[in-house]
Amino acid sequence: MFQADVYVTFKRGVLDPQGEVVRASLVALGFGGVGGVRVGKFMQVDLEAPSEDEACAQVDEMCRRLLANTVIEDYRFEVRPAPGGGGR
Amino acid sequence: MKPIRIGVVVFPGSNCDADAWHASELLGAEAKYLWHADRDLGGVDAVVLPGGFSYGDYLRSGAIARFAPIMNAVERHAARGGLVLGICNGFQVLLEAGMLPGAMRRNDSLQFRCQMTHVRVERSDTPWTCLAREGQVLRIPIAHADGNYYADAQTIAHLERRGQVLFRYVNRTGQPDTAANPNGATNNIAGIINEAGNILGMMPHPERVVEGLLGGEDGRYVIGSLIHTLQGGAAGE
Repeated sequence: MFQADVYVTFKRGVLDPQGEVVRASLVALGFGGVGGVRVGKFMQVDLEAPSEDEACAQVDEMCRRLLANTVIEDYRFEVRPAPGGGGR
Repeated sequence: MKPIRIGVVVFPGSNCDADAWHASELLGAEAKYLWHADRDLGGVDAVVLPGGFSYGDYLRSGAIARFAPIMNAVERHAARGGLVLGICNGFQVLLEAGMLPGAMRRNDSLQFRCQMTHVRVERSDTPWTCLAREGQVLRIPIAHADGNYYADAQTIAHLERRGQVLFRYVNRTGQPDTAANPNGATNNIAGIINEAGNILGMMPHPERVVEGLLGGEDGRYVIGSLIHTLQGGAAGE
């Protein structure tokens, strides 16, 4: 078993209205050093795969086909053996 | 005259399917519901992807619906030149499916906007607007949280050059100013067609304004044009 942490965020240059409101709120709270905020999505995918490379290839395809809309979003992910180590 | 058959796709979470059905029947077509899990269109002449919150709009609006079994048949119908109208959530589904270019972002206000809008008809030589005049301003309502149309600069330039922007948010006098833009959409875009012109996606709801009792009749220009086209009326006549 593997576990993938998938992060999806708006591409640079695509206005992120939620991020902009959160940024303004942080500044209003006194965090004057805040320059920008991007609000994105975090997804955790558990999957079976013969190898870590194969798991990475599958997660990449998942991102392209469904988890991210690559017109407006970028994605990145990290794959590791699932905690507990495939004892099931 | 042979009856025109319009298929209205019902996804789990569609909530404007009955309105689209009613508007189609009211304007003289024979309407038929198409279940999302079906694999064929049952011989309809045109397909409407209605508004709503298909599959709860989980992940992104329209992202799950585009993989519904019925969508393969809708794509084949469109590839043969068949007419496909996506309204609101239906527009979002068409974008997610790649049947129209671009994507929807959250409204710039971050609010769900349910209000009347004015949209300008940019072309009358299409199957969707043949009963309207170029430059005509229609009053059609919107109801959405994700209608902030985006495409990269090159795609926008291409859409504008090819006349694929069919509806634009404008003020009462027909000017596309910032105040008339309810969601932040690039270039005030409210609706686009594909290059062939047989696929239309629009955020405003024409099916909600087809009789005076509902507060307007301007939606007849869109759905009426579709039916007129299918009856053999030439676009742009």
